[in-house]
Amino acid sequence: MASTTLPDGGVYVRDTVQTAAKLLVVGPFGVGKTTLIGAVSEIEPLRTEEVMTQAGALVDDLRGVEDKRTTTVAMDFGRLTLSPELVLYLFGAPGQQRFTRVAPVWRQLALGAYGALVLADTRRLDASFDAMETVEGHGLPYAVALNSFPDSPHFPEEELREALDLRPETPLVDCDARDRASAARALIALVKHVRTHYQEHVS
Amino acid sequence: MTPRRVRTDLVRQYVITGGRNRPSRNTHTLELVTLVTATGDRPVAELEPEQQRMVRLCLGGYLSVAEVAGHVRLPVSVTTILLADLIDSGHMVARKPPPVARPTDLDVLEKVLDGLNNIA
Repeated sequence: MASTTLPDGGVYVRDTVQTAAKLLVVGPFGVGKTTLIGAVSEIEPLRTEEVMTQAGALVDDLRGVEDKRTTTVAMDFGRLTLSPELVLYLFGAPGQQRFTRVAPVWRQLALGAYGALVLADTRRLDASFDAMETVEGHGLPYAVALNSFPDSPHFPEEELREALDLRPETPLVDCDARDRASAARALIALVKHVRTHYQEHVS
Repeated sequence: MTPRRVRTDLVRQYVITGGRNRPSRNTHTLELVTLVTATGDRPVAELEPEQQRMVRLCLGGYLSVAEVAGHVRLPVSVTTILLADLIDSGHMVARKPPPVARPTDLDVLEKVLDGLNNIA
């Protein structure tokens, strides 16, 4: 049976799919995560939110909710069928290293993910530090993609690498998050890096 | 593009999960990208409205746990608990979760690369 239509017009995962691969797209608000996911996704990007109570609990203790001290973690995601047997999910989330109460959400995001594409904006490179630290903290290999905005200043690659404090092997690529092919090329740079990373860890 | 927002009604979430923050069965069998579908052979009248929506949503085919959460507009944590109950009751079934990323999955990575190269 081919893919069928959902009640709301969406499309089911094909019956033949055996493997669901997961990549993360991380970066600060407004850097273009959902735009990039939407550019490659075959479904309209979906959003879910987790409301974390004070102690990092999910919904088990409503007493913590009364004082409104909750943190909401939103993730947007999309899906791309790559072959009859393989579907790729892209999860977009902001890095939130400082908020330890969101750690359960991040553990869930990182579980089984091959790696992360960190999006950065040359007008505010430091806004991506949280994302990079979060991803590093979960031991995931990553590549950095500079999303081009109309007024983005251009810097020599060496300066950018230094400003982002990138390891020599970490890929740094340009992309236009609105453009499907450009977004796919950024993801390819990530996956090639992930492949090298895991090849080096096979001994 | 603004994705649809999820409802964050904590009180209702607390009620429909019976105050639990963990599924009745092993949590690790339901990951974000675990694929689930409805069996279609169990009555739904006794289920919570949210669970009825999940079953109806999945009657036509497979969706990931994350997609179910997005469509029914509930957090993944709550969705996982409700889906686990539906699997226990035979309303839903889950595909084997995908293998956790490790060096032996290099063949999957190659297939991901092939697929991305087709649209780049």
